[in-house]
Amino acid sequence: MDTKIVKSEGLVCEYITRDEEGNVESIKKALDGVDVDINPGEFVAILGHNGSGKSTFAKHLNAILTPSEGTVWIDGKDTKDPSYLWDIRQTAGMVFQNPDNQIIGSVVEEDVGFGPENMGVPTEEIWERVDESLTAVKMQKFRTHSPNKLSGGQKQRVAIAGVVAMHPQCIVLDEPTAMLDPNGRKDVIRTARALNQVEKITIILITHYMEEVIYADKVIVMDKGKIVMQGTPKEIFSRVEELKEHRLDVPQATLLAEELRKEGVPLSRGILTKEELVKELCQL
Amino acid sequence: MVREITIGQYYHADSVIHKLDPRVKLMGTLIYVIGLFVVNNALGYLVVAITLGTVIGLSKVPIKFMVRGLKAVMIVLLLTVSLNLFLTPGIQVVHFWIFTITMEGIKASAYMAIRLVLLIMGCSVMTLTTTPNHLTDGLEKGLKFLEVFRIPVHEIAMMMSIALRFIPILLEETDKIMKAQAARCADFESGGIIKRAKSMVPILVPLFVSAFRRANDLAMAMEARCYRGGKGRTKMKPLKYTGRDYAGYILMAVFMAITIFVAIYGTLPFENF
Repeated sequence: MDTKIVKSEGLVCEYITRDEEGNVESIKKALDGVDVDINPGEFVAILGHNGSGKSTFAKHLNAILTPSEGTVWIDGKDTKDPSYLWDIRQTAGMVFQNPDNQIIGSVVEEDVGFGPENMGVPTEEIWERVDESLTAVKMQKFRTHSPNKLSGGQKQRVAIAGVVAMHPQCIVLDEPTAMLDPNGRKDVIRTARALNQVEKITIILITHYMEEVIYADKVIVMDKGKIVMQGTPKEIFSRVEELKEHRLDVPQATLLAEELRKEGVPLSRGILTKEELVKELCQL
Repeated sequence: MVREITIGQYYHADSVIHKLDPRVKLMGTLIYVIGLFVVNNALGYLVVAITLGTVIGLSKVPIKFMVRGLKAVMIVLLLTVSLNLFLTPGIQVVHFWIFTITMEGIKASAYMAIRLVLLIMGCSVMTLTTTPNHLTDGLEKGLKFLEVFRIPVHEIAMMMSIALRFIPILLEETDKIMKAQAARCADFESGGIIKRAKSMVPILVPLFVSAFRRANDLAMAMEARCYRGGKGRTKMKPLKYTGRDYAGYILMAVFMAITIFVAIYGTLPFENF
C-alpha cells in the first residue's frame, strides 16, 4: 500500500434488524460507499448531521466495527484481518463522546497508563509516557486527582492523554466536545490542534460544531452515509446553500458575510472567523 | 442521602498508611476484623479502638469521612442494637408491655454497637486510603494462587475496580433521576414500605438502562485502548514490598497476639456481675 494513514474504498456498513425468528426485517445502510484518503499529519474534520454515519465511520477506523463491504486500511493494514487488530488500535487511537464512560482509572495518571499497560510496555517507560502525555495536554497539575472531580473539558483532555500515551500515529476524536461547555470545548480543540502541530499526529475530528472545523486542513461533509462535500474549510463554507441542504449550519461570521454579500457588499467568499470579517469590512 | 456512602471514595493524603502495599492493608483489615470478633470484653474493645484510632491518626484522613460512612448503615445498626436489647434473656431491668430489657441485653447491644461501628470505620479506613485500582491490584496479586483452580482472578479484579469507579457516577445519576422524577410529582417520601418500594421503580428502570449504556461505552473504550484481558499486561505501579510493609505485617501479628491474650485474660472486674 501507499503512505496513506487512513484509506477506505467502497466502505459499506449495514445495520441489520432481525425479528425473533432471526429473519431479516430491515437493512439500514449507515455507510454507503465511502471513499476517503487521509495523509499522515493532516487535520481532518468530518461534519454531519445526526444519523449521517459519521460516528459509524469513526468506529471503522479503530476496527471496533468492520466493513460489511469494501475495505478500510489503517497505515496499510486491512481492518478485517484479525491479526492486525491490536496494531490498528494502537495506530489509530480513539476518543469518545462521553468523558465519564471512557475513563477507567480512578486516578488521572493511572488512567493515562491504562493503554500502555495493555500494550505490555515496561514499567519505567509507562511512567515516561504518562509524563509526556499529561504535559502534552497540559494536565500535569491534576495527575494525582480523581477524575470525578474534574470538569468535562479536563476529563476529555485526560482521555486524550490516555490515547497519546499509546503513541498513536492518528487520533480519532468522535464528537469529543458534544457534552462540554464552551470553555471545555475550546480547551479540547486547542489540545487537538497542538497535538497535530507539535507532535505531528494525524487528527480526525468528528463534530457538528462548525466553529471547530475552521482550522482543519480538510473538511469532509457526510449525509445519509455518503460523502457529499470535501475540501478546505474555505471551499466548504463558501457553499452556504449546499450546506443548508445537508442540514448543517455555517459559522456566524460566514453567515453574516454571505448575507452582506447578497445585499451587495463586496466581500470575498469563505470568510471563517470574526477577525477575518472585521479585517475585510475595515478595508472597504 | 444517596451521596453519603464513602465506600469506594478515595481520600488523597500523603501518609504512611496511603503508601503501604495494598496486600498489607487487605491482610491488615482481615486481621482487624478477626481481632474485632475475637475480643469479648471492654478491655479488648479498648485495644481495638486504640489501634483504629492510631491508624486513623496516621492516615491523615479527617475522621468525619469515616463517620459519614456510618450514616449509611445506621438502620442495620439500630436494628441489631434493638434486637440484642430486647431479645437477650437474663436479669430483668425494665419491663413494659411486651418488651423486657435485661442487664445482659444492655451489655450485648452495647458491645454489638461498638463492634459494628469499629468494623465499618476500620473497613472505610482501607477504602479511603487505597485507590480502588491499587486495591484490586492487591487482590489480584494476593489471590493469584486461585488461578490454579481456574478462577479468573484478573477479570474479577478488573470488574471490581470498574464497579468501584462507577459507584459515585451512578449515585450522582440516581440523584439526578430522583430529582427529575420528583419534578414531575413522583412521591418517594410518603406511604408504607410497599408503596415506597413501588415508587422506586421509576428510578431503577432508567438507572439500569443508563448503566447498561455506560457499560457498553466503557467496554468499547477499553477495547479501543487495546484491553485484552490480563495476558501480556504490564503494570504502571507494580507491587513491591518495602521495609514498611514488613513492619506492617509484624505489627499485625502483635495486634493479633494482644487481642487473643486480652480475650482470654483481660476481663475487667466490673463486667462480672
